[in-house]
Amino acid sequence: MNLLVQRHPINSALSLITVMAALAGEYLLLGAEFVAALQVIVYAGAIMVLFVFVIMLLNAGEEERTSGSRVAILFGVPGMLLGSLLVAWVVLRHSGTGAVAVGALPGPPKTIGQMLFHEFLLPFEVTSILILIAIMGAVVLASRPTVAGSPPKKVND
Amino acid sequence: MVPLSYYLVLSGILFACGVAGFLIKRNIITIFMSIELMLNGVNLSFVAFAAHWKMLAGQIFVFFILVVAAAEAAVGLAIIIAIYRTRETLNVDQVNLLKL
Repeated sequence: MNLLVQRHPINSALSLITVMAALAGEYLLLGAEFVAALQVIVYAGAIMVLFVFVIMLLNAGEEERTSGSRVAILFGVPGMLLGSLLVAWVVLRHSGTGAVAVGALPGPPKTIGQMLFHEFLLPFEVTSILILIAIMGAVVLASRPTVAGSPPKKVND
Repeated sequence: MVPLSYYLVLSGILFACGVAGFLIKRNIITIFMSIELMLNGVNLSFVAFAAHWKMLAGQIFVFFILVVAAAEAAVGLAIIIAIYRTRETLNVDQVNLLKL
């Protein structure tokens, strides 16, 4: 929620890190140790560091306030009330059914690794190709465009 | 014992916050972070269902979502840097080259 309220992007990023850490704790409660570790390392570590780095690199300042459209208020407020009422009704109606025990499903990395390399081998390889392509695309996109004809010169700023 | 619906409601709230941020915010980096928030909500529901049905495949899916999110973040931030170089702004209202 804080992500929306904050107007400076760095504050949003820090609150998003908090959300990620809280979710990692949630995964631990659910017994998914591997996913919790992955969440902390990949999300809260790598991706958010990337975000904060870019925010600081681009020197992002306060975002200016835009006037909200009238249609948004007209439909948004009743829609949100309706949605929260629906959620409250579902929770009150169905709470108690399908309870998940704390630490119900131990997800040790060993089991996950075996599943990953036996049943999900093809998707695993496809994602590795995907991430390779993503790395190359990111490098190409972020590299300084060179003038056609002149050799690429050293970047010194 | 925590009911499954609590996890699903939390995941829905996270997803809704992501959607709201995506629609409301004007800073392109914040929009990106809203997308990450949505992915996190989906991940939470995946893990909750995996624990509920005692199937480990849900956690594998979370792994794949994580990988795709990482790739998407890398490419997206590169695009943001490229946009900032050409347009000198991060406000999506001012990036209107395709507008008639």
